[in-house]
Amino acid sequence: MALAQNAIRFEGVGQTFLTDTGPLAALSEVDLAIGQHEFVAVLGPSGCGKSTLLRLTSGLLAPTAGKVSVFGVPVTQPRDDVGIVFQQATLLPWANVTDNVLFPARHMRGTVGPQDRARAAEIIETVGLEGSENRLPGELSGGMQQRVGIARALFLNPDILLMDEPFSALDALTRDAMGFELLNLWQASPKTVLFITHSIPEAVLLADRVVVMSARPGRVLEDHKVPLGRPRDEDSLRSPQMQDFMAHLRQLLIRKEAA
Amino acid sequence: MSADAQPATKPAPAPNAPTLSFTERLIRTPGALPGLTFLAVLLIWEFGTRVFHVPTYVLPAPSRIATGFDAVDPSRWLQHVWATLRVALLGFGVAILISLPIAIGLAKSRFLSRALYPLLVVIQSVPVVAVAPIIIVVLGTDDAPRVVITFMISFFPLVVSMTTGLMATPPELIELSRSLRAPQSREISQIRLPYATPYIFSGLKISITLSVIGAVVAEFVAAEKGLGYFIQFSTSMFKLPQAWAGLVLLVALSLALFQSVGLIQRLFFPWSLPKERR
Repeated sequence: MALAQNAIRFEGVGQTFLTDTGPLAALSEVDLAIGQHEFVAVLGPSGCGKSTLLRLTSGLLAPTAGKVSVFGVPVTQPRDDVGIVFQQATLLPWANVTDNVLFPARHMRGTVGPQDRARAAEIIETVGLEGSENRLPGELSGGMQQRVGIARALFLNPDILLMDEPFSALDALTRDAMGFELLNLWQASPKTVLFITHSIPEAVLLADRVVVMSARPGRVLEDHKVPLGRPRDEDSLRSPQMQDFMAHLRQLLIRKEAA
Repeated sequence: MSADAQPATKPAPAPNAPTLSFTERLIRTPGALPGLTFLAVLLIWEFGTRVFHVPTYVLPAPSRIATGFDAVDPSRWLQHVWATLRVALLGFGVAILISLPIAIGLAKSRFLSRALYPLLVVIQSVPVVAVAPIIIVVLGTDDAPRVVITFMISFFPLVVSMTTGLMATPPELIELSRSLRAPQSREISQIRLPYATPYIFSGLKISITLSVIGAVVAEFVAAEKGLGYFIQFSTSMFKLPQAWAGLVLLVALSLALFQSVGLIQRLFFPWSLPKERR
């Protein structure tokens, strides 16, 4: 482990929430190490604490057991070097595309300068939203809204990108297209990505590694390198090897969902 | 907000579009149907009172009410309208200023919301009309008691709508705010308050009409001018047409205030309106 420092590391992490009906164990004994610039997808049944992993990494939540560290430093408070993309784009409906992308700067410092505006213009172009700068979220399609969400997450140029089922609210075609665009972005400007998803093809197509979690309390069930080179395209999943791999993941998930 | 932000263009009518029926055209012409209904009611009212010889003190005909406007100088009318408007707006303003911090407290702190909410409900349950004479005795007979009475009638819907609005923010944005380690004041000013805008405006619309009611109630109890005072004074003198004329002005005032709130929302916060009404 001495050669490359892990970007994200979970050591024996447990998370128990206090609810009205008593304690609820969301995660238990999670061990997971994610290398720098690695793209890791997390698959698991509903309610297995996948989103809790993200909130622990971003420092929004402190683990009730174990330790979470980012670049070797224990996470003790919210970190702003971590970009978050949510399932719904959750943009500010009154702010146009540029102002939504500028939101992190404006919210952190109270004002924005010419440098911020230049950065916003650059990132808007990167995600393919040039020409829509002055439009309001309500006038954008779901896919375009999520692009704004991604641009907002990338604005502060975070080392780590946390994505919580970012494309699950989109229609199937848009979803595929957005996945490939995300890969392009990631290859042009490498980042450590922790990508939560329900979709096996999406996980396999995008990620270097797929982590399968068990039902609540969530644990790491299996952790596989995706046997697929890059670049990838629509045909990448056609090979018998990939079909077998996905079938294996499906078996794993179905068994856990039924249990 | 940019002016060119128009949603999708309407489809052009097809060359052989089916023609609309007369009733369909009426429904689609803005203002036509409500205007006609209003006119019909006035006509029925006018002729009904004439045909059945309804005494003026029971229900004056619209034409009799119109003559009621002549009973008083226009400048006197203006004084009465202004007195009521002033109290209503002052009470409304105080209600906004007091509701906002209360709503922020209720939305941000479960402790405060548990502690304060029952008290607010109790205050709201007090029949203000019954308390009005007591308030007058305590606070004297100038503007202060009238403003307080107006405030008491109009503030509760504001607190409720503001609190609901402040809590309607998507939790993801609050998490984003926390991950950026922004101060609480900015979380409120940049996220929660703008998100609450549609809720706040629906509260303001209820509250502004309640303010007029509050002002009138206060004038019933103690005042020497204002439309509420005028109506009470006129009825005690059995001058029913001019009392009705005062009532007409009161309705007009209330409608104008309600519409002004809507206009402010359309002008300055167009994104807070439902899409089809932008």
